Amino acid sequence: MTDLAHPEPVAVGGSSDLPPNPPQRALRLHRELARVWANDRGWWGQVTAVSHTTLGLRFMATAFVFFAIGGILSMLIRTQLATHQGAFLDTELYNQIFTMHGSIMMFLFAIPMLEGLGIWLLPKLLGTRDMAFPRLTALGYWCYLFGGLIMLGALLFGVAPRDGWFMYTPLSDATHSPGINADVWLLGVTFVEISAIAAAVEITVTILRQRAPGMKLTEMPLFAWYMLGTAAMMLVGFPPLIAGSVLLEVERAFDWPFFDVARGGDPLLWQHLFWLFGHPEVYIIFLPAAGAMSTIIPVMCRTPILGYGAIVAAILGLVFLSFGLWVHHMFTVGIPHMALAFFSAASVLVAVPTAVQVFAWIGTMWKGRPELHLPMLHILGFFLTFVMGGLTGVMLAIVPFNWQAHDTAFVTAHLHYVLIGGFVFPMMAAATYWMPLITGKARVKGLGEAAFCVILIGFHGTFFIMHLTGLLGMPRRIDVYPDNPEWVALNLTSSIFGFVLTIGFAMFAVDLILQATLGQRARRDPWRAPTLDWAMPVPSPNYNFASLPLRRHQGGPAREVIHALARGVGALPGAPRGRREVLVTTAGNARPCHVAVLPGNTALPLVLSACIAVFVLLMLASLYALAAVALAPVAGLVWVWARGMAPVGDLAPVTIAPGVDMPVHHRATPPTLAQSGLHALLVADGALFASLLFGLGFLSVVTQGPPPPPALVQNPAAGIALVIGLAAVAGAAVFARLLAAGYAGRGASWAGLGCNLVALVALAWLAVQLDDPRAHARDALRAAMLGYVGLHVLVGAAMAAFTADQFRRGEIAPQTGRGAIAAWGNWQMFTAVTAGITVAVVLVQAGAP
Amino acid sequence: MTGRALIWVAPLALAACAGPLSTLDPGGHIARDIALLWWVMLAGAGVITAFVLVLLGFAWGAPRRTAQGRWVYGLGLWFPLAVLTALLGVGLWVGERILPRDDGAVTVHAHAFQWGWQFTHDGADGQPVESDGVLHIPAGQPVDILVSSQDVIHSFWVPRLGGKMDAIPGRVNRLRVQTDGAGRFDGLCAEFCGLGHAGMRFVVVAHDDWPPADPDTDPDTGPDTTPETDTNGQEFP
Repeated sequence: MTDLAHPEPVAVGGSSDLPPNPPQRALRLHRELARVWANDRGWWGQVTAVSHTTLGLRFMATAFVFFAIGGILSMLIRTQLATHQGAFLDTELYNQIFTMHGSIMMFLFAIPMLEGLGIWLLPKLLGTRDMAFPRLTALGYWCYLFGGLIMLGALLFGVAPRDGWFMYTPLSDATHSPGINADVWLLGVTFVEISAIAAAVEITVTILRQRAPGMKLTEMPLFAWYMLGTAAMMLVGFPPLIAGSVLLEVERAFDWPFFDVARGGDPLLWQHLFWLFGHPEVYIIFLPAAGAMSTIIPVMCRTPILGYGAIVAAILGLVFLSFGLWVHHMFTVGIPHMALAFFSAASVLVAVPTAVQVFAWIGTMWKGRPELHLPMLHILGFFLTFVMGGLTGVMLAIVPFNWQAHDTAFVTAHLHYVLIGGFVFPMMAAATYWMPLITGKARVKGLGEAAFCVILIGFHGTFFIMHLTGLLGMPRRIDVYPDNPEWVALNLTSSIFGFVLTIGFAMFAVDLILQATLGQRARRDPWRAPTLDWAMPVPSPNYNFASLPLRRHQGGPAREVIHALARGVGALPGAPRGRREVLVTTAGNARPCHVAVLPGNTALPLVLSACIAVFVLLMLASLYALAAVALAPVAGLVWVWARGMAPVGDLAPVTIAPGVDMPVHHRATPPTLAQSGLHALLVADGALFASLLFGLGFLSVVTQGPPPPPALVQNPAAGIALVIGLAAVAGAAVFARLLAAGYAGRGASWAGLGCNLVALVALAWLAVQLDDPRAHARDALRAAMLGYVGLHVLVGAAMAAFTADQFRRGEIAPQTGRGAIAAWGNWQMFTAVTAGITVAVVLVQAGAP
Repeated sequence: MTGRALIWVAPLALAACAGPLSTLDPGGHIARDIALLWWVMLAGAGVITAFVLVLLGFAWGAPRRTAQGRWVYGLGLWFPLAVLTALLGVGLWVGERILPRDDGAVTVHAHAFQWGWQFTHDGADGQPVESDGVLHIPAGQPVDILVSSQDVIHSFWVPRLGGKMDAIPGRVNRLRVQTDGAGRFDGLCAEFCGLGHAGMRFVVVAHDDWPPADPDTDPDTGPDTTPETDTNGQEFP
């Protein structure tokens, strides 16, 4: 056995490349790979599937079903508004329906759809066989499905959320929204967002660490750049929403007054947290769609994209700018004009990177020879729609006009121009473009073009005049307008065309079904594309590539490398060791690092998400003690999950190309995929922590509520608990780092476990002495931050115990690898830093010297 | 020919923009400034949309030599930067023009609750006069409205007089309005506030005489309802 040090990464950047493998029989390779990468048979195979192809498609199909449900709800809204008396729905039901329309379209259609596209497409585009964390893909899907079903169930039972999709408090608090309606939103959406965080983590890691050998970051397909930007925004953008939802749910359930004015809270804190998520959300939705555009337009125009570097810069600019303009949803809350001017400037500035992309796309069309295939029609639909939506967006960024148009039908029109123009049309282009790869069938001509025309007419007929309806004063979210006959004709027109739009979408769905069922066999690479997603048979096999594309296989016409890859000429051919192997490369130049062995089919993700669903349902039923008990199986299953990462089987180095041996990931030099994933997760965790800090700062600086009662810091016992707790957390971090750096052995894991347990006791002692969190928002937020630190210490203790257990099992040894040591070290450092910051902030806030 | 068409089209277009809640039918200079801003932006947006669609139309055909810098930097970067900078400047200028300032303007209170409005202005004797659902203001001079809320977030909006201002629990927001002359202006709650949101309307009456001698008998206004006792003499937070 060799020692742990692994061979120097092979230089394949620049002109050098991995040597090709000798060609083999393609059919034998296919059978070998198909057996290893296949789902289990029958319906059980759907339960245990972890394949990115299966789950990506399932994400997209489920999202499309939710799109249909949201569309039906929108038809109910349009029916209600068609006349001014609206004697169709009562107000309570109408409020539930428009709230659910928005929530479904945002959280159950758009986000899962783009996650599904990324999960399905990225490994194919980047030249690998699966996402970095297949079980996490499946967990994300089940959480999405169960969360969505909980929300739909609430709608069926008439207890759906009814406070608008941005859930402004105090309207959504326990006083003004009794019943479980608001809880359904807060718990259901947070449950669904597990899938968003999971997708963001694995998309980030897959793009950075699993590109085909030699595919430099600066040369990777633009779609990957777009998804990298999207994933980064999701990692930072979703935590404020999760933080806000948890705080609001805690306020509703336990009366902790984070947002209650009478007790020092502030309803504007919710708005800030919501829109800190809500505006980046718009770009989270737009970027993947723009990525599809940047992929499809050059193929349709038979030319490379114009301005690759400028587009990458525009993506980075959008990611950065989109976090600086959330306040433009809050121009009317009474913020000083000069502060508004800053956000107004940021809001119009964001139009610049968008313009760069739009003109790069049109320039690409000038440069090439556009061909009017069906995907190109939908791309024209994008231009005809999105440009106007962008321009009304600029108008809304201008403060005085926003004061008039805000919360009117003008905004409704604008956001549908942006979301349908900027997301749905590109997604339809993407669907028609990639259908041959999904189904292996060519399309049935005719219906698709008709569907496009009906959709385009229906859309503009519905929403173009809605701008005027809004300027004539019609606010959002009203169900009747008996005193305003001047709005009737406009609304009736919108309603009629709304039904046309729905018919168009139905035709589109029928077209896809016809293609999947009646279409003739598609040729390989029907679009003559230059990207690796088409360098495989249609429909795509579960393993994507029989051998991973080398540098020489990248960037050229896909059809010229299909056979070479199928015959095993690329890296890591076949599955001779009977396990799912992918190549892990460096983030910048994609030099091979090691071979990762991915987990196979398992029902664990389904069981874990079902346990989380039980917890959510118990919370909804206000059975809080039982809900706490229900977390025990969740914790147990997470342990089982982690055990699934233990080294088993043959750990010998793998030959990926003639003369190039790579270690398997258990014995590789860090960072492995799992460690990169933990880094990404900690980014999101840090954003969650920052959201809580933002809340603390906002309440003490901006909010002018009643002064809080005297605080605990004067209490010496609390001070002692604080010092002991902090010292124990720091001690755990030191032991974990000593272990990770190789200066300590198994004793360090036990010592770290002890430190964490001491810290837990100290924190519990502190919690007992804490001021009543129901008394004042400040005390509630301090208690929430204590809970945050406590949860991290608890997880740290579990990781220390896991590491100690790995020592006991002999899994941490020179010949087997380092187990969970690196992960535990990172977690413990993060915990110590956040605990230290928390204590420092609370002390400063309390006026300590 | 064009002139005759204009004679027919212009009144139709104006009529289409009229309405008791229309932002395009301004009843004061603040709303007029914003409406003008809208028409300018609409014209600009129309030109830009047409320009982009023409570029798109000319994209069909044989490949052409295409200068990357001209498209990506010229059209993508400098063109929007120039337009947006100008627009931002105009927007800021209009915004500053219509802001409340310390010029001794008449101050009235608008207190929102689920689901209605309670308004207060100073009477002739200096005592506050309350009115439910009808806001009395002086005509033709700047008026600052102090907007507050009893329960959830509402939003005070009189489209013909200017922008909206949210009524947020725990806060008092200031909004300036000004009418051209005496008259009635419809207003509504613009922020979704629950079951009664759609019916949360009110009326603003601008009086030439200020304070109005007896607003309750104003023929335009109709009889005023008696303020509810529990909100009578409410201290605004």
